[in-house]
Amino acid sequence: MVTYIIRRLIGAIAMLIVISMVTFGIFYVVPQWAGATPEALASRYVGRAATPETVHLVAERLGFYDPVVVQYGRFLKGIFVGAEYDYGAGVEQCPAPCFGYSFISGQPVWPDLVDRMPVTFSLALGAALIWVVAGVSVGVISALRRGSLFDRISMGTALAGVSLPIFFTGMISLVVFSYGLGWTPPGGAWTDFTVNPAQWAYNLLLPWITLAFLFAAGYARLTRAGMLETMGEDYIRTARAKGLRENRVVVKHGLRAALTPILTLFGIDFGLLIGGAVLTETTYTLPGLGQYSILAIRNQDLPQVMGVTLVAAGFVVVASLIVDLLYAVVDPRVRLS
Amino acid sequence: MTAPLDVSGSAAEARPESVLAGAGKAIQGRSLTRIAWMRLRRDKVALGGGIVVVLLILVAVFSSPIIAVLGHPPLEFHQDQIDQSTLLPKGVFGGMSGEYLLGVEPVNGRDIFSRIVAGAWVSLLIGFLATLVSVAIGTTLGVIAGYFGGWVDQLIGRLMDVFLAFPLLIFAIALAGVIPDKAFGLEGNGLRIAMLIFIIGFFSWPSIGRIVRGQTLSLREREFVDAAKSLGARHGYILFREVLPNLLAPILVYATLLIPTNILFEAALSFLGVGINPPTPTWGGMLSEAVRFYTLPHFVLFPGLAIFITVLAFNLFGDGLRDAFDPRAH
Repeated sequence: MVTYIIRRLIGAIAMLIVISMVTFGIFYVVPQWAGATPEALASRYVGRAATPETVHLVAERLGFYDPVVVQYGRFLKGIFVGAEYDYGAGVEQCPAPCFGYSFISGQPVWPDLVDRMPVTFSLALGAALIWVVAGVSVGVISALRRGSLFDRISMGTALAGVSLPIFFTGMISLVVFSYGLGWTPPGGAWTDFTVNPAQWAYNLLLPWITLAFLFAAGYARLTRAGMLETMGEDYIRTARAKGLRENRVVVKHGLRAALTPILTLFGIDFGLLIGGAVLTETTYTLPGLGQYSILAIRNQDLPQVMGVTLVAAGFVVVASLIVDLLYAVVDPRVRLS
Repeated sequence: MTAPLDVSGSAAEARPESVLAGAGKAIQGRSLTRIAWMRLRRDKVALGGGIVVVLLILVAVFSSPIIAVLGHPPLEFHQDQIDQSTLLPKGVFGGMSGEYLLGVEPVNGRDIFSRIVAGAWVSLLIGFLATLVSVAIGTTLGVIAGYFGGWVDQLIGRLMDVFLAFPLLIFAIALAGVIPDKAFGLEGNGLRIAMLIFIIGFFSWPSIGRIVRGQTLSLREREFVDAAKSLGARHGYILFREVLPNLLAPILVYATLLIPTNILFEAALSFLGVGINPPTPTWGGMLSEAVRFYTLPHFVLFPGLAIFITVLAFNLFGDGLRDAFDPRAH
């Protein structure tokens, strides 16, 4: 068990390092395709009015002429121990974790990211709760009553659900429930949980349900398929033959075995969602990480893009690490291997 | 579900030996493809999806003549259809009429029907070709990983893990956002379409790769591969002549299921404004323009429904195809 955890931990750290390298590589190379030179990058820090000499000097101070590897090393160092930026006019301290300063606003990236995390986290957490409960229970009932009217209707709805783009359902839901019926607040409404929990939930209700509908569909299909498979196994018959109550057979023996693939999918989905529910946040104009990333990309703000991508990837890796550890709880066979 | 037997009449059920009555006829062997086709033919839902898919492909391919007969050029402005004081379409239901089948857009009065039809071409083109790219990458790496095993498998497996852990949408947006205006001898939206095909294909190969790898792992241990090896066949021969033909069915199935995902991917990128540039019509782009006019249901509804129907049809057909080739996967 301990070796299993240690192995997963090392794997997760290695994954993060690889991702940081690839991310840096891509966002270092791609802007150059688009015509970014060291001078062009530096001029974004000093403003357009600066003379070419000043720009050149700043580019040198900020290390834009150094090889990629050196720049990557400096980037990593900034994250772990912080960095100092020397603009010539003065030295700026950027405490760890330092993702650099925005090209546009000149503000450090990390505090911006921290500011936006609660929005995305609230969105993902609430939606995940709804979709797991709804998706898994619909899947179980469908599998137990295979071929029934409930099964056919819910599976038809689930198929429709996976075929609908979130920006379409989101817009329709806003048109109907916010602007038409006035039941829910319009897009862009956000209240922090610590300020007013009721208002927080009320504002997020529509995004939660829309997002959950999209995901619940996939979970219902997966749960149904898994349950149909496990409920046909011999040990289910054995459990019934022992005289166990049907509820116990279904939940303790059937569902538990069908849960593993659902857990895997959940780990990936949840991680990706926290990393940036780009489409949902754009549709509902929520000030979260997803919206931040799309703004950063539109502005070609390299430090912001790097920061948000790495944080997003970090969430995926951490979520799948947690899932790997949960495996050991759900599936005893993992502990032995 | 098993392959249907060609036994006619209910008498066969009562007297099993009656099957032998037709024994004079030559017994036909059924290939896997034929069995799958027979199963598919009985799956009404999948067939319905397949018919819609075929219709959509026809609409996309013949988009120009269809627009010429039933609509107006997708980029043509029709200010006479717009109420100049509100900038909204004249008439009821967003200006729907015999001439403008699905109404006109607000402000400039472009024909929505023509734009939907023209958008089908872009959507399907990108959906299909991006899938082709991911199938090419996924199959190559999957077969290599599964066949050679060892450190090659480890390396490719890790690569797939890394890809799955990436916030792909953010990456794709970032890449699509910095496509230059001119490169590789292409420019404008021609270049953007080519780049989107590559980007979407490049980011969606691991799903196919995993399936191909798994299938290759089991195929590698089969007798006919041993036989080929003992006859002195080289790796290339075994891969292309022995392993690959047996992978065609799963590749076909999962490619069909990947097309709708890729169509959604393209729609999302165009919705976010980093896909195809306006004024070229795309469904995602039409939806993002419709955001400002949410009071006009027809403006939002038609591009959304176009995406929904296309993706649903491909999903239904792909599900049916999977059940037909591999009933156990149901």
